[in-house]
Amino acid sequence: MLEIKNLQVSLAEEDKEILKGVNLTVEAGKVHAIMGPNGSGKSTLSYVLSGKDGYEVTGGSASLDGEDLLELEPEERAAAGLFLAFQYPVEIPGVGNMTFLRTAVNAQRKARGEEEMSAAEFLKVVRERAKTLKIDADMLKRPVNVGFSGGEKKRNEILQMAMLEPKMCILDETDSGLDVDAMKLVSEGVNALRDEGRGFLVITHYQRLLDHIKPDVVHIMANGRIVKTGGPELALEVEQNGYADILAEVA
Amino acid sequence: MGIAETRISQLQDRVVGLSVPASAWNAENRTAAVERLQSMGLPAPRDEYWRFTDPKSLNAIEAPKAALFDPKETDVFDTVDRLEIVFVDGVFDAVASDDLSGSNMTIERLSDAEGHDSHWAADCYGALEAIGQTPVQRPFAALNTAYATDGVLIRVTGKVEKPVNITYRHANDTSDAILHHVIKLEEGAELTLLENGPAAARFNKSCEVFVADRAAFHHVRTQGRDHERRAVTYIFADLGTESVFKSFTLTANGALTRNECVLRLNGDDATAHVAGASVGDGDFHHDDTVFITHDAVGCESRQVFKKVLRNGATGVFQGKILVKPDAQKTDGYQISQSLLLDADSQFLAKPELEIYADDVACSHGSTSGAIDEEALFYLCSRGVPKDQATDLLTLAFLAEAVDEIESDTLSDLIVEKLEGWLERHRP
Ligand SMILES: Nc1ncnc2c1ncn2[C@@H]1O[C@H](COP(=O)(O)OP(=O)(O)OP(=O)(O)O)[C@@H](O)[C@H]1O
Ligand SMILES: [Mg+2]
Repeated sequence: MLEIKNLQVSLAEEDKEILKGVNLTVEAGKVHAIMGPNGSGKSTLSYVLSGKDGYEVTGGSASLDGEDLLELEPEERAAAGLFLAFQYPVEIPGVGNMTFLRTAVNAQRKARGEEEMSAAEFLKVVRERAKTLKIDADMLKRPVNVGFSGGEKKRNEILQMAMLEPKMCILDETDSGLDVDAMKLVSEGVNALRDEGRGFLVITHYQRLLDHIKPDVVHIMANGRIVKTGGPELALEVEQNGYADILAEVA
Repeated sequence: MGIAETRISQLQDRVVGLSVPASAWNAENRTAAVERLQSMGLPAPRDEYWRFTDPKSLNAIEAPKAALFDPKETDVFDTVDRLEIVFVDGVFDAVASDDLSGSNMTIERLSDAEGHDSHWAADCYGALEAIGQTPVQRPFAALNTAYATDGVLIRVTGKVEKPVNITYRHANDTSDAILHHVIKLEEGAELTLLENGPAAARFNKSCEVFVADRAAFHHVRTQGRDHERRAVTYIFADLGTESVFKSFTLTANGALTRNECVLRLNGDDATAHVAGASVGDGDFHHDDTVFITHDAVGCESRQVFKKVLRNGATGVFQGKILVKPDAQKTDGYQISQSLLLDADSQFLAKPELEIYADDVACSHGSTSGAIDEEALFYLCSRGVPKDQATDLLTLAFLAEAVDEIESDTLSDLIVEKLEGWLERHRP
């Protein structure tokens, strides 16, 4: 589903290479996790895949179901089925959460040549999905993420994911800032979306999240590369011993 | 010739084609305005409040030509149940207008009223304009009081349910219109005034509003979409105890717009809100010049002005809050912001506070900024196309001004208008 081959990325502004040849394939129906030290390039990978400005791809490729992602505008990538739950969701004063969600859902439908969702249908679906994430009516009415707590912002990301029903979901540290109960809610939200047509790439620092969202494959990213790939036991190893052993072993 | 002589000789040329309408009760007011105007002369670019806006095209003897944009465009308040008054190039259109009658108010044309021997407006016409000439001179307002050819006189005695809507049509590309309205709200009265339309190639409009104790005046206007039109408009208002004054203006397009608003809060606990959203693309110069005087205890005033500028458009804001020594517990707020959609556009702001009372809370701020790239990417990453995402963020920027409109029906209509404009003016 998601196929990343030898992806090399530098900052557009300065001559600094951040991703130094990333290889990664996420199959439909699978959950892959990426762990790795701070600054290793995990968020950069997620931004480059979703099309953020400021990065220059100097080599390699990335495709979603065979479609070259790097050629597409961010909105086209979204319409193609890519979704990124941001590590730091953005506050947008003046744009209501509901308006935002509905605009996004219908823009994607339009781009795919599907019929737009009626206001009534949208309202029904959004209320139902918000409820399972314990997002109340007030949060739906407020401007996007403005004044939301860290955990509320993350739950709002998952609500967007649930509404947009993407094929490929990238979650960048969605667990950070969540209390134990919220972590459960968010994981349940993610698990509810798991099905054989959908792939997940879950970036996290902690095994705890992976207790709830059981990964099929775990990758370790360090210094702009995937340095080790294994099963769920790899996450346990990181949890217990940190990265020192793994990094020493691959150095 | 010295500066003073130049102004005076320019003025003589400027008014040569204008005449003061005859009227028994209004002659004195008109003559006094002529004298005020003679003593000031026309504004010059070096005058303190004309530095950012060149008065040349307003000073010109003839109105610069302005092509008609779309005479068939339905007005923004079309769907609102209202009392309709239509002026075409400043000339009253009896056929297009409703009967000038309504419960809890009398409403007349100025030119009709001036034929009567006496009139309630005798004490009102030009009165607020005359006071409003100090400390800042406003020559075009005096010119308006002196030479206005028509207008409406509205006296409101109770709550008027149906808004009064004045549509200003523009049909002649060299028209030069001068209209003067007087609105008097008696104690506890309520009125909503709507205005829309480009009016004329060059339009000078003045509106004097007397808001008595506990009366409420709501005003929502849009200034028509003709690109080449020029307008200088004035609102002068006096506010009584616990009265409410709220005015919102949407300006889309126009080669030159200068909107002046001069408010005096004279009764305790009065509220005055003035807001404006203006959007310009290319040859667009928009100037909001506001002067609010707090002269009573416990009054609140808000100025909220937002401008979206692209392709070399210019926005100007000159706003002053003057708090007199006895105006304790004043709450004054002023914000003026521009969203510059490219590097060619500019925003010039002159916010001023002058405070002589000690127990007041006044704040003001002025900013200029671009679209927030982080927010834009966030929206696009959810599948919203960049153009549409930019429009959403632009509307969000304008929202604080539009939210000043109390009626949801009216603010929805304004938002719709803005959405249409933004969609037509994408890069
Ligand atoms: N726009 C940028 N300007 C400067 N440096 C950048 C920029 N984007 C990324 N970097 C640098 O690239 C490196 C990788 O950053 P990235 O955010 O991808 O790390 P990460 O693996 O997500 O870290 P964390 O676990 O702390 O979230 C860091 O050294 C970071 O400082
Ligand atoms: Mg990160």
